[in-house]
Amino acid sequence: MSLKSTDIDSLIEKARHFRREILEMLTEAGSGHPGGSLSELEVLIALYYYKMKHKPDKPDWSQRDRFILSKGHACPALYVVLANRGFFPKDELKTFRKLGSRLQGHVYTGVPGVEHNTGSLGQGLSVANGIALSARIQGMNFNTYCLLGDGEIQEGSVWESAMTSGHHKLDSVCAILDCNKVQENGPVKEIKNEEPILDKWQDFGWHVIEVDGHNFSEIINALDEFDTVKDRPTFIKANTVKGKGVSFMEGQAKWHGKAPDKEQLAAALKELGF
Amino acid sequence: MPEMKATRDAFGETLLELGRENRNIVVLSGDLEDATRAEYFKKEFPDRFFNLGIAEQDIIGTAAGMSMNGLIPFACSFAVFLTNRAYDFLRIAVCYNNRNVKVIGSHGGLSVGEDGATAQCLEDFAIMRVLPNIKVICPVDAIEAKKATRAIAGMKGPVYMRLGRPPFPVLTKESDEFEIGKANIIREGKDVAIIACGLMVSEALTAAETLERENIDAGVINMHTIKPVDEQAVISAAKETGAIVTAEEHQINGGLGSAVAEVLGQHFPAPIEMVAVNDTFGESGTPGELLEKYHLKDKDIVNSAKKAVKRRRTG
Repeated sequence: MSLKSTDIDSLIEKARHFRREILEMLTEAGSGHPGGSLSELEVLIALYYYKMKHKPDKPDWSQRDRFILSKGHACPALYVVLANRGFFPKDELKTFRKLGSRLQGHVYTGVPGVEHNTGSLGQGLSVANGIALSARIQGMNFNTYCLLGDGEIQEGSVWESAMTSGHHKLDSVCAILDCNKVQENGPVKEIKNEEPILDKWQDFGWHVIEVDGHNFSEIINALDEFDTVKDRPTFIKANTVKGKGVSFMEGQAKWHGKAPDKEQLAAALKELGF
Repeated sequence: MPEMKATRDAFGETLLELGRENRNIVVLSGDLEDATRAEYFKKEFPDRFFNLGIAEQDIIGTAAGMSMNGLIPFACSFAVFLTNRAYDFLRIAVCYNNRNVKVIGSHGGLSVGEDGATAQCLEDFAIMRVLPNIKVICPVDAIEAKKATRAIAGMKGPVYMRLGRPPFPVLTKESDEFEIGKANIIREGKDVAIIACGLMVSEALTAAETLERENIDAGVINMHTIKPVDEQAVISAAKETGAIVTAEEHQINGGLGSAVAEVLGQHFPAPIEMVAVNDTFGESGTPGELLEKYHLKDKDIVNSAKKAVKRRRTG
């Protein structure tokens, strides 16, 4: 399956609007993680508007594809996508990080559509494997997607899980790396170089694909390729830009975990064409 | 002499029975299924058994994932590795998410013996009982281990259960009731109540016999559930005797003794003496030698009981 260029245009327009909503909710909250939310956004849109089987009015539909956000701090983008998809009222986005809200500061199952709480890095892939193994045992056919950060894969537990996916030939597991090259205190390659990343995952038994993580055609082609791969899990390295779409945030470690103030928000929205 | 049987043996046998009765039971192992006795299940149900290798974090995360579609995962390894190594996964993937995962830690306590300090789990009660949502259980003997294994499989939510390596004296009967969170009074006594779990219950019973010869009437309570601790049983014991002793194969900080002291402090202050490992690591030795050296024997309970009684009498 491939999308027409008009469909791609509509996804691009969605991304522009969603960036606005992410930034607005962060400013309203006064804290949060814009960098990774803006870098992963196109991947999330491709999953929720193109690839994944799901029913927003029935979040626990048993045949749905599962999505685990392992980099739980980057929940603003997921919350925006889920709200726009109709899982919960968009009005609730402004309660993000506030006392009593189900929109917790790290991804939280109280939010319809969220499968699993994370926030301590390095846990999501093992959970995704467990879901995939349970599907195999129970004869179910859905896929399980797991989004990881490139800072996150410094956690050793990720590699325990990567080995498990490979050993058990979990071809219903698709791990996607939001490879934005920047972690909290600087460039990943300076803090702890991870390259060659693709070789590492390949050596652990994965089918590997590399894409421009802001290019919908490339993301969608990779997700479709995943469907065709048998007897091994698929790893998609999505090369992204931290803080994508806002010039003063792009590639900047300081925007990993800081919300824009009102002036910065106004400047960002202007750049996004609002 | 009572019959001797390891709680891990009874667990392995019961897990196999449960596997036959309920196809939703799955088992994960950290390459220690021979020691945890999960291998009985593995032999009959290889398709529902997963040795994920020496990777405790991965085991706990995978178990959490497997539970999300209605399976009932039993994650089995040594207590020390599962609780200490995988703690962050237990905290977030299991407890915060409130997953129906059964965490089975065998080889708990000093009585692991010759493997020494690194293998002797003495902090699991403390670190597991501070986590919300999870229950913490330590069966007293093989019969109770069987009942506890069935009980935790039949309830929804996370559980940590500690098992022992060596054979323990069989103190309970098949007909005895077992309910999670409800202590069993094994011996009535009006002068002092000894609240113990696991292997230490048999030491407590021996201590109570010694105390009887010295005209101290000691009761013994089997507190098989460390969390939620049976508050009513603790309060009643304190009201009836006014002197409490706790006994556990665990560090003195944070375990059963602390759980009991928390109840006493909040509801019915009474003198408490704790028999436990005194803030030190263990070492190699036979289980008997270790219990002796680290003051976990019946005579240590006797001394503590006398102290508790004396403190009550002198105020």
